[in-house]
Amino acid sequence: MAGDVIRVLGLGKSYPTAAGEFPALRGVDLAIAAGEYIAIMGPSGSGKSTFMNLLGCLDTPSVGEYFLAGENVATLDKDALAVLRNRTLGFVFQGFNLLPRMSLQDNVALPLVYAGVDKATRRARARALLERVGLGQYAESLPNRISGGQQQRVAIARALVNAPRLILADEPTGNLDSHTSEEIMRLFGELNGDGITIVLVTHEPDIAAHAKRQVRFLDGRIVSDHLTGAGA
Amino acid sequence: MIHPMLGEAWLAMGANRLRTALTMLGMVIGVGAVVIMLAIGQGAQYAVQQTISTMGANLFIVLSGSFTTSGVRSGSGGGPTLSVADAEAIAELDGVVNVAPTHQGTRQLVYGAQNWSSQVIGTTPAYLDARAWSVVNGGAFGDSDVRSATRVALIGKTVAENLFGDEDPVGKTLRIQQSPFVVVGVLGAKGQNLDGRDQDDSVIIPLSTAQRKVFGTPFLGSVRMIMVQADSADNMERVMDATTALLRQRHRLRDDMPDDFFMRNLSAAAESEAATTRTMSVLLGAIASISLLVGGIGIMNIMLVSVTERTREIGIRMAIGARRKDILSQFLLESVMISFAGCLLGLLLGVGIALAINALTGMVVVISGSAALLAFAVAAGVGIFFGWYPARKAARLDPIEALRYQ
Ligand SMILES: Nc1ncnc2c1ncn2[C@@H]1O[C@H](COP(=O)(O)OP(=O)(O)OP(=O)(O)O)[C@@H](O)[C@H]1O
Ligand SMILES: [Mg+2]
Repeated sequence: MAGDVIRVLGLGKSYPTAAGEFPALRGVDLAIAAGEYIAIMGPSGSGKSTFMNLLGCLDTPSVGEYFLAGENVATLDKDALAVLRNRTLGFVFQGFNLLPRMSLQDNVALPLVYAGVDKATRRARARALLERVGLGQYAESLPNRISGGQQQRVAIARALVNAPRLILADEPTGNLDSHTSEEIMRLFGELNGDGITIVLVTHEPDIAAHAKRQVRFLDGRIVSDHLTGAGA
Repeated sequence: MIHPMLGEAWLAMGANRLRTALTMLGMVIGVGAVVIMLAIGQGAQYAVQQTISTMGANLFIVLSGSFTTSGVRSGSGGGPTLSVADAEAIAELDGVVNVAPTHQGTRQLVYGAQNWSSQVIGTTPAYLDARAWSVVNGGAFGDSDVRSATRVALIGKTVAENLFGDEDPVGKTLRIQQSPFVVVGVLGAKGQNLDGRDQDDSVIIPLSTAQRKVFGTPFLGSVRMIMVQADSADNMERVMDATTALLRQRHRLRDDMPDDFFMRNLSAAAESEAATTRTMSVLLGAIASISLLVGGIGIMNIMLVSVTERTREIGIRMAIGARRKDILSQFLLESVMISFAGCLLGLLLGVGIALAINALTGMVVVISGSAALLAFAVAAGVGIFFGWYPARKAARLDPIEALRYQ
C-alpha cells in the first residue's frame, strides 16, 4: 500500500550474547496505514521493545526491510535517521526521558533546536503544546517538580512538537497508576483523532482496548493481528 | 543553532560547579603562567633594547695595556699605551665616524654644601656624538675647550638632581677634586646601561682638563681608553681589524709581540645580551606552555568523564533528532567555554601578578595586546584540541546503546 506509514518485511533482530546470537525478533511482516491506532501486546521478552526501537530508527535490523513513510530506512545514514526521528516520528518512553536540568518548556522545545527553528517559534510551539497537555503553568519548572503522569504528558508534548505523522510509545503508562494512565490514553485518543498514527506497546488489556487494532507478539513473531472495534 | 547550545553549555558547566571550577583552574594557571612569563620575557627584552638604543650604535672601545720593560703587556702599573695621537690616527681610517679618547673615574663632586660621588668622564665632543647623547639644557663644550683645557662640565640628570635640586645648574660652579668647573649643560636622560649602572650619574668634562685637574695623569697626551664608532654594523669587523693593524704599526710592535691594547666590541656585547634575553623569554614561554598543556589534559579528562556520565542524556538527544554534529558541537562548545573562561581569568590573574611584580621589584614587564590575543587563541585551540576526542566519542555513540546505559 502506497499510503502506509510503516511497512516491514521479514524484519529480524539478533542480539549477540555469551551463548551466541539470540534472535529477539524472527521475521516480522506488518503494514500500518496513516491514521491507524495500534496496540502491541505480548509477554515479557517477546520482542516488543526490540520491534519499537527498530520502528523508531533507534536501532537497525539484522535482516528484513523497513519502509518509513515510503522510504527504505536501510539506505539512510545516521544523520538522515536523526532527521527522521526529529521530524517524521515522535518517541514516547516508559521512563519519560526528560532532561533533568532543563525547564519543561526547554525540554519540549529541544527537538525544534535540532530542526533549526528560531527561538521565538520554539517558545511559541513549546508553550502551545504544554497548554495542550494541560501543563502551561509549569513551563518554567524542572521535570523533578512534577508528577510522573505530568512528566509523561510533557514527554508526549515533546514528541509532538515537530508535528510528526507518527507517535511510537513503548509502555507509556508502564510507570503510571490507572487513573493517570487513563488521562494519557485520552490524550493519545485525541491525537489519533487529529490524524496522527499511533503505535503503542502495553501489557494491560484495558489500555490496549483504546486502540483500534491489536497486534500480539510471541517469541519474536506476530501471532495475532485484529481490529478491536474501538473508536469506530 | 549556536545560541541555544551556548545556554546549554552554560547549564552543563553550572551543574557541577566545583568540578568546572577545578578544571578551569588548570587553564587559569596555565594561561596565567604564560602571560606572566611573556610579560617578564618581553619586559627584559624591552629593557635590553632600551639600553642598547641609549648606548649608541656600532661602538667599540680600545683599552690601553701598560708599558713594561720587557715590552709584554701587564694588567696594571705603568702608564697607558694609547695616546691622543693614536685616536687622531684612528679617526682617519675608512668607515670610522667618531673617535673619542676618554679617561674616566669616580670622583667626589661638591656644590655648596652638597656632596655627590659620580663618574667623571674626560673626553672630546665626539664622545657625545658617538653615544648619541644630547644636551637638553645649556650647550655642549667644543674642541677648543679640549685644546685649552677649560674648566667646563656637562652633567647628567642624576647629578643635576642630587647636587642642584630644583636650581638650574647651568652657569653654576661645582668642584671636582678642589677644582672649580662651570656647568655649561645638562645631558638628556639615558637610564641604566647593560651592567645596570645609572648612565645619568655622570659628569663629562674636556679630556685635557680631566687629565690635568682631576686624574693627575703623569703622561699628558696618553689615554686609557678610546671609543670608536663605525659607520655601519657590517663595517665593524673591518674597522676593528684596521684599528688593530694601525695601532700595532704605530706602537712599533714586531710580529712576535702581543698587542699592548685590548679591544671590546660594545655593540656585539649588547647584541649577545639581547639574544640571551630573547632565548630566556622563549624558554620561559615554553615552560609556561607546559602548564597550559596540563590544563588542556585536565579539560580532556573531565570531558571524558562528562561524556560517560551523560551517556543517557546523549541517547535522549539522539532519540529526538540530534545529529552527530549537534552532539559534537555541544561538547566541543563546553570544552571551549571552559578553556575560554579559564583563559579570561588566567589573563586577569597573569596581568595582575605581572603588575604586582613590576610594582614590588621594579622589574620591567611588558603586557602586549598580541600576547593576550595569543593566549586566547591558544585557549581556544586547547579547548578544541582536547575537547575534540571526548566530543567525537559522544557523537559516535549508538542511540539505543546510549539510551540503555545504566
Ligand atoms: N541489548 C540486548 N542484548 C541481548 N539481548 C537482548 C537485548 N535487548 C533485548 N534482549 C533480549 O531480547 C528479547 C526481547 O527483548 P525485548 O526488550 O524486545 O522484549 P519485550 O517484549 O519488550 O519485553 P518487556 O515486555 O519485558 O519489555 C529478550 O529475551 C531480551 O532478553
Ligand atoms: Mg519492552
